[in-house]
Amino acid sequence: MSEIILKTENLGISFGGLKAVQDVNIEIRKKQLYGLVGPNGAGKTTVFNILTGVYKPTTGKFYLCGEDITGKNQETINHKGIARTFQNIRLFNNMTVIRNVLVGLHNQPEFKCSIFESVFRLPRHFFCEKRMRARAKEILKIVGLEEERNLLSCNLPYGKQRKLEIARALATNPKILLLDEPAAGMNPNETEDLMNIITRIRDGFDMTVLLIEHDMKFVSGLCDEVTVLNFGTVLANGDTKTALNDPEVIKAYIGG
Amino acid sequence: MRQISKIKWRHYINYVVIAVLTAVFASMSFSGMLDSSTLYMLEKMAIAVMLAVSLSVVVGFLGELSLGHAGFMCVGAYLGGKLSCLLVPVLGMGPGTLFLSILTGGVAAAVCGIVIGLPALRLKGDYLAIVTLAFGEIVRSLFMNSSSESFGGSLGLNTPRYDKSTLFVIALLLVLVCLAVLQNIIRSKHGRAITSIRDNEIAARATGINVTKYKLAVFAISAFFAGIAGVLYSFSNYTVQSTKFSYNYSIEILVMVVLGGMGSINGSIIAATLITYLDITLQTKLTGNLAVLQDLLYSLILIVLVIYNNAPALKGFREKYNIKRVLNGVFKRRHDPARHTDDEAKWDRVPTKIKVDEVLSVEIKPTQSTVEPDRKEKE
Repeated sequence: MSEIILKTENLGISFGGLKAVQDVNIEIRKKQLYGLVGPNGAGKTTVFNILTGVYKPTTGKFYLCGEDITGKNQETINHKGIARTFQNIRLFNNMTVIRNVLVGLHNQPEFKCSIFESVFRLPRHFFCEKRMRARAKEILKIVGLEEERNLLSCNLPYGKQRKLEIARALATNPKILLLDEPAAGMNPNETEDLMNIITRIRDGFDMTVLLIEHDMKFVSGLCDEVTVLNFGTVLANGDTKTALNDPEVIKAYIGG
Repeated sequence: MRQISKIKWRHYINYVVIAVLTAVFASMSFSGMLDSSTLYMLEKMAIAVMLAVSLSVVVGFLGELSLGHAGFMCVGAYLGGKLSCLLVPVLGMGPGTLFLSILTGGVAAAVCGIVIGLPALRLKGDYLAIVTLAFGEIVRSLFMNSSSESFGGSLGLNTPRYDKSTLFVIALLLVLVCLAVLQNIIRSKHGRAITSIRDNEIAARATGINVTKYKLAVFAISAFFAGIAGVLYSFSNYTVQSTKFSYNYSIEILVMVVLGGMGSINGSIIAATLITYLDITLQTKLTGNLAVLQDLLYSLILIVLVIYNNAPALKGFREKYNIKRVLNGVFKRRHDPARHTDDEAKWDRVPTKIKVDEVLSVEIKPTQSTVEPDRKEKE
């Protein structure tokens, strides 16, 4: 078995008296495609928000590659290696596609360039800009947006905006990528395309992916392992097929 | 290669225009062709341009509404002016005094910018505007109520007047420096980070942008140049009076930025120049009994300009006589707003998350009717 990238221990959060998420234990190994599924309001996005530092968990801890990063702020967690996309797309709308990716590359150590170096236009500035652009183009090529790189991102069609979000998250060079409903609002062709992209990212970058998705075909076609959440608690855990066929899970989804 | 030269031309046109104008006016001034009122107007224009451009970075690029820009200018004017008073007996009225005063005024204002930037990290939109507004007023009343030995109190601080025929050249050169610094920041990775905060702060944080650092940096840099503009103001006047730096003046600077188009530095430059011209011309032309018309005409012209720029009914007219369109017609270029020719995308005409008309005016919402006939029928 490969090394554990992300591990949560009894992760939980409550807002006032409401226990939104409790006792979530997940172990995600390197190069794994891990699914987080559950009915609406089960707390999937809340788990994402905890893992990216938007919320501080009230109980439990989570570790990235063995390092405890509980309670760190969003920027630090991103620098440590967790990148995410959003359920409702949050792109930098007034910037071009390539600029969106360039913002993602901002904190890479190889493109370090202080404000003073930029103000005085020292050679380092030009060196960084040139290499950042080349790198951004490479990343756009992976998600298939190289042609559209000079369009404003708000002018892209919906499916491409989702891909751009993935590209931007990928640009921050994460250890694990959290995708919040990447296939929402996509047609079957686009979904299949997206599945290919995600597998390509996994293989090309040795990337670990944690994704939330409602499309069961997408989840069962892509994920190696899933965790099913219902009302903030873990309902089932483990291999995709067995977990999704668990009678408890079927009951939670269909009701009864 | 041809494309690269094209990009450069587009980026450096404002430096070229200002540098050429500076050279022309400087040579005219040294040959004695300009009268003192023109020189005064040029000084005022340079100060206004510097204020507008520095505010434009906060409002148009960082996307935060600051109404305390006159406060930063006030800090610069008083501290720089005071220092020049102290330095004149030692160094004389020369470039040395000027340089040291400008540096002090700028740095003092930048420190204030950081102080005001700290709450700015917690507040957004209208609330930040209120805090910055309060800051401006606090600074102003502090200087107004100071003792007459320190900062002149309510009578104002008497400052040495710099040589009229050279001050405007120095001021315009400082405008060039200010432009170079701000545009170099905006056209770099740091500028991208700043605009990403404007476009979507949540996403910027999740992408690992250090929002705290950039907000503070932008506030400090913007305040630094406002402070320098204040020092220049103190050099171009015999007294610095705190009444000048009131809320109205902050709004006037904001008007320059909004009128020039938020997110457009060149627009701010043009708007600042025109508004200053209008202001001073009205002040000098309308004297005596007509002086009451100054503010009226000034406001009317502003209202007409804003309506012309925003009225939906005039959209067709605006598009037909758009300067860019006319120029493109002359040079036979096709303009497609969706596609940019180079990676350095255009920076003008970017809508920001702030809607100033919402902040400055009251929005009246229709009151909800208590009866919902449709729903009742269904039940």
